[in-house]
Amino acid sequence: MYQFKNCQELLDLCKKEKLPISQIAIKREMQIFGKSRPWVRNKMKKVRDTMEEAIELGVKSTKKSKYGLVGGDARKVYKTINRSSNMLHSKVAIRAMAYAIATNEQNARMGKIVAFPTAGGSGVVPGVLFSTHEHMKSSKRKMLNALFTASALGIAILKHGGTFSAAKAGCQAEVGIGVAMAAAGVTEMRGGTPEQCLNASALGLKNMLGLACDPLGGLVEVPCVKRNAIGATIAMAASDMSMMGVESVIPMDEVVEAMMNISAGMSETIRETALGGLAITKTGLKLREKMGLPPVPKKYLDWKNRKPGNASNKCGGCNGCG
Amino acid sequence: MDVSLFDVAGPIMVGPSSSHTAGACKIGQMARALFNGTPKEVEFYLYGSFATVYQGHATDRALLAGVMKLKTSDAHLADAFEIAEQKKIRYKFIPVKKEVPDYHPNTVKIILKSKKNRLSVIGSSIGGGEVRINYINDIPVDFELMAGRFFSLIIGHSSEEASLEPLFEKLKEWDCPITDSQTICNVKDAPKSCITALNIEDFYLKLPQVQALEKLPGIEFVRALTKLVPK
Repeated sequence: MYQFKNCQELLDLCKKEKLPISQIAIKREMQIFGKSRPWVRNKMKKVRDTMEEAIELGVKSTKKSKYGLVGGDARKVYKTINRSSNMLHSKVAIRAMAYAIATNEQNARMGKIVAFPTAGGSGVVPGVLFSTHEHMKSSKRKMLNALFTASALGIAILKHGGTFSAAKAGCQAEVGIGVAMAAAGVTEMRGGTPEQCLNASALGLKNMLGLACDPLGGLVEVPCVKRNAIGATIAMAASDMSMMGVESVIPMDEVVEAMMNISAGMSETIRETALGGLAITKTGLKLREKMGLPPVPKKYLDWKNRKPGNASNKCGGCNGCG
Repeated sequence: MDVSLFDVAGPIMVGPSSSHTAGACKIGQMARALFNGTPKEVEFYLYGSFATVYQGHATDRALLAGVMKLKTSDAHLADAFEIAEQKKIRYKFIPVKKEVPDYHPNTVKIILKSKKNRLSVIGSSIGGGEVRINYINDIPVDFELMAGRFFSLIIGHSSEEASLEPLFEKLKEWDCPITDSQTICNVKDAPKSCITALNIEDFYLKLPQVQALEKLPGIEFVRALTKLVPK
């Protein structure tokens, strides 16, 4: 049986069968759903092609989204690639950011994308994988396998009781899991062992833990689009560290557990409701009004009436209200 | 059912939100699948976060597109209003301010009308493109469906046991792969009537086949929306 319930079992399977994660993922799909290898591969090819189309359209377009919050940044970043000598990041990382923004901008302007794991976190995986694929000039097969590896990690997370829903666990579950999946996929593409892949995803997800889902007006635009771009660089950093032999003290399964226990303590205001975090900043509220959306109920804005020294206040006590 | 690779890597969809766009489209498709004929008038009652952020997420376009049998991955989803105008379908979106505690935050009630028929469907989008149908004509049901992955067959039949057996035999004859099946019966009516939803992957029933299923004894109606899954 090629079934696994968590990352550890996935790793054990890889070791027992002496196969990379991607191959275990294909065999599992064939076995459980009674499909042939070509069927599974062709279906993933469609996923790959859809991602590629979104990137190609996204890096060229200057069209703004309906409310004009995002659009055109992918092009801006993409144009600098060939004169990246005065940038701090490498060309691969800058291109990954451009591709991630391209995907999410396409999503915001109602283009076709793959929800991987969701629409809000759809930029990280294609950004990292397509950019690295171009950089390494690796075969198309390797690109496809990296997508299988990323998806297998997603399955292991779900089976371990994790979620992809920001409404349940905040942005850590969308962009965060995107980062973990991209880190695993890209590590296999670079020739890392299954252990290094899972280690990379643990390093990646650890850096996304606790991330709030606080989009302006509840739209998948600000800060989602740029979070995907910077998430892509985190995935690459995690993969690099893992390839250099740096190990995560906390194994991947336990990082997923941490994500879920953090989500249990997360206020609903930062779980996709647009009632907390960036969504209720001065600029956030101003833009919300401009969009014509109903105002945020007063009880969520009690920081506005904050009195110094009032401990019962939910407010963090910055100088914002002054 | 077990988690598939393509639950993680998918659905392939038109943005911006898997729950507010792709899921909404799927609920629209389901409502249309259950409706007999072509609707002339459609009303959408939006609840929870569907009511507050539906315009920004194009939930309105997606719902209407679903009712007009568009796929979750169809780029024309953005032009749903124009298409409805061409097809002379009247539509209305009514955000409901009142909170209904029983409903999931992303819920819609769709009422479809034509000269002869009227149907109401209440559905919720529960995240990642998965939807749940909660009520059909105010009868509580519980169908879970996945946007963009399955093609669904809705069957109305009598509650007698084995009433579905000839139908399953026919499907088997055609090598039609059934991934999931759920039956719900209305206990209030007498004689009891039931509704069964079948999820079918990678197989498309032709219209004559659907009509053949409808003629089987014990079957009241069979509704299918073919070609809704991206190829």
